[in-house]
Amino acid sequence: MKKISSLLLIGAAMAWGSTHAVAGNITVKGSDTLVILAQKWAEVYMGKHAETKIQVTGGGSGIGFAALQNNTTDIADASRPIKPAEIQACIKAFGKKPKEYKVALDGLSIYVHTSNPLKEISLDQLEQIFTGKVKNWKEVGGSDTPITVYSRENSSGTYEFFKEHILKGQDFVSSAQTMPGTAALLQSVSRDANGIGYGGKAYGHGAKILNVKKTADSPAVEPTEENVKNGSYPIWRYLYNYLNPEKDQGEIQAYLNWVRSAEGQKIVADVGYYALPADLQQK
Amino acid sequence: MKASESKRSVGWMGLKRGHRAHPVEWIAEKTILVVSLSAIVMVFLIFIFIGREALPVAFGKMNTAKVQKILPPEEVKKLKPEELANYLGLTKEEFARMDQEATQTLIELKAESAKEAKGDKDAGVNTAQWKYMLKAHQWTGYRRPEYIWQPVSQIPKFNLVPLIIGSLKVTLVALLFSVPLSLAAAIYVSQLARPRVREIAKPVIELLAGIPSVVLGFFGLIVMATVLQRVTGSQSRLNGLCAGIALGFAVIPVIFSIAEDALTSVPRSYVQAALALGASKWKAASQVVLPAALPGVFAAVALGFGRAIGETMVVLMASGNASIVSWNLFDSTRTITATIAAELGEVVFGGAHYRILFLIGVLLFAVTFITNLSADIVLHRVKGRMEGRK
Repeated sequence: MKKISSLLLIGAAMAWGSTHAVAGNITVKGSDTLVILAQKWAEVYMGKHAETKIQVTGGGSGIGFAALQNNTTDIADASRPIKPAEIQACIKAFGKKPKEYKVALDGLSIYVHTSNPLKEISLDQLEQIFTGKVKNWKEVGGSDTPITVYSRENSSGTYEFFKEHILKGQDFVSSAQTMPGTAALLQSVSRDANGIGYGGKAYGHGAKILNVKKTADSPAVEPTEENVKNGSYPIWRYLYNYLNPEKDQGEIQAYLNWVRSAEGQKIVADVGYYALPADLQQK
Repeated sequence: MKASESKRSVGWMGLKRGHRAHPVEWIAEKTILVVSLSAIVMVFLIFIFIGREALPVAFGKMNTAKVQKILPPEEVKKLKPEELANYLGLTKEEFARMDQEATQTLIELKAESAKEAKGDKDAGVNTAQWKYMLKAHQWTGYRRPEYIWQPVSQIPKFNLVPLIIGSLKVTLVALLFSVPLSLAAAIYVSQLARPRVREIAKPVIELLAGIPSVVLGFFGLIVMATVLQRVTGSQSRLNGLCAGIALGFAVIPVIFSIAEDALTSVPRSYVQAALALGASKWKAASQVVLPAALPGVFAAVALGFGRAIGETMVVLMASGNASIVSWNLFDSTRTITATIAAELGEVVFGGAHYRILFLIGVLLFAVTFITNLSADIVLHRVKGRMEGRK
């Protein structure tokens, strides 16, 4: 489970807080969503450039930003945009606003139990279910059973994305069960006939994935790569890398350019996320 | 010279003992003393570190209010450098290091964060105050005053009541499940079992302590939750009952081994006297040995409580983690430990949320420290009495 390993990393992050990044080495730290992808990138890149060593650790987007301020990492991985408070902290620490690079796309899927007769759902209905205004499946066209809402921990970038884009900033219903990782959430939904949850598509085995409608009358769209990329699937987000603009040169710049090149973006699809649209890729 | 003194080294490097002086022994002794003292120092350091992080919020020094005094851009330009630094909450050195662009970004950020929450009547509220952390409050968008733990929100809500109730609820279930079982096992193993059975049963029960809590949690999440839901028909699969019982498995070996020790250390003559007076084996165990060992048994339960309330992984995985105020065992529940473990990874360092997580950490530390300490004191008294030192 990703969250568990990340907890160990918190300890490690604190213990190594004073180790500074060394030239020739690139350190990458942050989001658990991105850690698998970042490791894969590092592995392939190091295979090609033997002189560069890349060290990737997870822990969470917040850990990544904290490390960025303390200058203990070169690149901070994030599954959400940086928050004003974190920009402020960075400016206080090194006098500059961190530079942002979009590195991949991620489409969120809506999971329900395989026995659920529902096939599609609209964004409005999702908002009502996850804020607790709708409590029974029959109100959204399903059978007459209560809904059990599964959510992620509020430390997760996925949680914040969902809250901002689907719930429009409102609070999740208090009775929502929060799971320490997408895998645990999927485990629960696949065992609960009344459950509903959300998470990355890469994890979507064992549960049914609903097609999503933008409004009540628009067509239902499946979260395929094509639909996410052309924007017709409504729930997607960028994944980011942040760094101190002063460091955006030499090896680090070369690495970041490679990540956003066609070659780096090919790896994105292997891991289960979506490559950047062509206009955001590095030529 | 008394017997006890001859065993101990005396004077600087043990030299006073004349021909029996062993400086190496003396050094070894002192080293061990320093190491054991360092354990005590560590406990204090941990407490001080955690407490220091929590202090600003405990004294109401944090401000989460979105609406702070915002000056229009023209007026910001007119400010003197010192005033501007003050307005942006910077120290002189930090301000001096910044270029024009960075300062401009900070000014914009400040105005933006105020705009974000415009029109929300709670936007001006500093939610990191004891008042909002302990009492119900009717927030915007809610129909009645409620205890809400929603730390990542436009208006962060830090009410601790759901977490405290969650922790107590799960701990209570764990103790209700594990105390009778482990005490019965302890009485059986120490008083009633044949030596052969005892030799097998005791290590096997204590082996439970060797199961990593993450494995117990996984067992609860995958297997127990399904079985319990089928039996009880509860709506949420992961709930206080499921987490409590899984937690009980972690507590059983703690209570068992200490209670068994306490029961065994009751002098054999008590039992023999009871048996000689015609009591059955069971009667002797339940009416003579158990009352005599009661303080030790109490200590066992108290240590079990400390273990249960401090356990993290099991509850994180098996309780469902919904932060609701409810004493219903079949509702999903969120504990203090699971909250810290799950949320600390993504908080803004030094922010209100970060400090409140440390605050509940201090709360937890204080509770477990006091219960463990009192249990320990009781235990030592009992041991002393049983061994005839008092």
